[in-house]
Amino acid sequence: MSTGHSSADAEAAARLVSFGMRPKLLPGRDVVYGELVRRYGEDSSFKQLTHAVAAGLGLMVLEVSAQAGAVLAATDESIFEIKMDSYARHSKIRERRDTEKVLHGLIHLATAALGYPRPDDLANDTYIGRVSVEQVDGVVREACRLLDERAAAADGNNDPLADAPELEQAWRAYARRPAAAATKDGRLSSDTTRGMVARALRFLSEQGFLVQVSGEQGGTYRTTPRYQVQVRELAADAAFDELLTLGVVSVPGGNGSLRAANSDTL
Amino acid sequence: MAGTGDPDEGLARRLKALACTAPLHDLDARKSKLDWADATIYQMAEIGLHTIDQVTIAMDFDTGADHQQVVNRLLPFIAAQAPGRAITEHTRVARWVLDNLINVGTTDRGFRRVYGSVDADGRYRRRAFDFKLLVELAAPDGEVYLRATDEAINVLVGALDTDVESAQIAAEVKLENLISRGRLADAKLAAEQARYRTVQYGETLRAKLDATRRDVRSVDWEREVPELLDAALSHIESRFRSETAILKNITAARDEAEDPSRKRRAAELVDIVGDCIRRHTQLQSRLQAAGAVFRAEQDRQQFSGPPQRAAIDVFGQLLTPTLELPLADAVAPTQAYFHAATGIAVPTVPSLPSLVSLLLRPAPEREQLVGEVPEPELLPAEVTDSYSDEQWRYADTLLDLPEVPRRLSGLIAEARETDAGVARLVALRALYAYGPEVGAAIRQGERRVLLALDDGTPLEDPEFGGADLLLMSAGVNNSDGTDGTDDTGSEEVA
Repeated sequence: MSTGHSSADAEAAARLVSFGMRPKLLPGRDVVYGELVRRYGEDSSFKQLTHAVAAGLGLMVLEVSAQAGAVLAATDESIFEIKMDSYARHSKIRERRDTEKVLHGLIHLATAALGYPRPDDLANDTYIGRVSVEQVDGVVREACRLLDERAAAADGNNDPLADAPELEQAWRAYARRPAAAATKDGRLSSDTTRGMVARALRFLSEQGFLVQVSGEQGGTYRTTPRYQVQVRELAADAAFDELLTLGVVSVPGGNGSLRAANSDTL
Repeated sequence: MAGTGDPDEGLARRLKALACTAPLHDLDARKSKLDWADATIYQMAEIGLHTIDQVTIAMDFDTGADHQQVVNRLLPFIAAQAPGRAITEHTRVARWVLDNLINVGTTDRGFRRVYGSVDADGRYRRRAFDFKLLVELAAPDGEVYLRATDEAINVLVGALDTDVESAQIAAEVKLENLISRGRLADAKLAAEQARYRTVQYGETLRAKLDATRRDVRSVDWEREVPELLDAALSHIESRFRSETAILKNITAARDEAEDPSRKRRAAELVDIVGDCIRRHTQLQSRLQAAGAVFRAEQDRQQFSGPPQRAAIDVFGQLLTPTLELPLADAVAPTQAYFHAATGIAVPTVPSLPSLVSLLLRPAPEREQLVGEVPEPELLPAEVTDSYSDEQWRYADTLLDLPEVPRRLSGLIAEARETDAGVARLVALRALYAYGPEVGAAIRQGERRVLLALDDGTPLEDPEFGGADLLLMSAGVNNSDGTDGTDDTGSEEVA
């Protein structure tokens, strides 16, 4: 695209990117935003220009649509990147840092797993999921319980080795962490899994990925199209690639997958 | 824990059972160290068991007891042990026992016991057994309440690693026998055991139903659950029949009994069996509702077509495999997911106009506040470092006495030549060295420790009094855990 862009085009493209940085703003609620989203869909040179502006800022355009708006992601080492270290830093406890990070990551994974229980839900643009603090914690605990049952059924002793804590399986660390704990001021302790889930859901709603619908079950939220795009286009693949490099390959619909749509059980 | 018949398996199981009792013994071991009361008068293990009893009895399908309720129920029992003490102390003991059974203060709020086992290759491996006695759970209304774990119930009833249903039947057969023989004290015990079994059985079913509510597909509703529900219903039916029979028998025993204490025991038994029947009724109503729960959840979760386009199954392909990874390996995928799924953070840039208007804004009205905060009277902070680094270094060189022991008086005199402060520091450190904590020195990995010995010579000094101590540095041998003192008289001190 060597065709000349006017400075007005560049401004419009940059404005579209800046709209994408306000995650709670939707094209349906803002005329200018809606117009830019429409132009992005129709004008391929404007689309390329937007991508170029985003790339220059250290951003990636995942999708631009009327439902989700402009969904952006940070490239590596970008100033827009959210570091796990700064997210997990708030914990005051001297627990091993890695455990803390893994637990936070698992909770975010479980939120997506509950929001989009089937592959189809993730693929279907009109699907809106519901998650709550109680359910997210419940989903992980249930998975931990099944893994525990499987470990108990397996031959040999599967209890973790006392001298190699880093080899302990992640589900044991989660299962061991209490779900709730009474605190002096009656608030949810942030060291508990429910406290961590509540924090993750609040965080995601600030990012425009979830919208709180009620305070039931510790806080109930619905997913937004933006979250779906983010998980589908980027996050799931990123985690999947990491698992592949570790040699963990799972086939959808196999016995290992609890969420695979299995019509036999109807 | 699968019963493969391996002798090592049995050993591990017994070690785990033993570990569950450790927190109770620990209570009694630590009671003398409490600084807020002379707690040696209390039988802490008994109170601990009683606490687990109270929590277990309060457990039903939805909630257990909250902390305050448990403490209140414990108070009469604790007061009986020390009637002379204040009620506030009893409350505090109850709190202390409860907190220790939860293990408040640790991140995981649980206990860990390391045990050894020989693995398939014949190597001895140390493994960790994590368990909890009381757990805190959040009720739907956000309140935190307590439940006893399976481990706790097993410790409590002393029937480790047994099948729930068969144990219940056994307990009930025992109960009928006891009643027919007229041994009511034992009968009460058996009835209580039967009640714990009932609670445990209900707990198992509750977990299954919860799983169904969470995710229909995680439970086999074609065969497994209907079988489970049938089994549970027939179980309730048979228990109901036998318990009603028992109730009739002991009610008769109660009414016919002449001996007042026997009459009272029979009355207690009537209460317990009545409670068992109530619990069965509750379990039954929950079972009847299970089908409706399934249908509602099915509507919500299940009715949709097969996948139309390829997408990742987050639960099956990402969450479950990650949960199975060792912690060290799980960092990479969880971090990658977190980075990608949390979107972008827009760095905040302060804008000058808003900063100016923020600064110029009048202070907000404080109508809703209670009143003025009293101005605290602050004392200047005490200087904690009484001695400078220089003085510490000089004292170190003076007190480095690897070869020959020296008198304190000589050291003080030498120190005083340069600095009176150093002399004080030397005297203080000599006093500290009189009762050296060799164990602490070993733990901190120190190579030598200063020892002081009193041979009865009084200290002649204008500033300090006491004994003229003999001072000597002794090497600490870390490898065998003992302090290898030099061949002087210092050994007697250590």
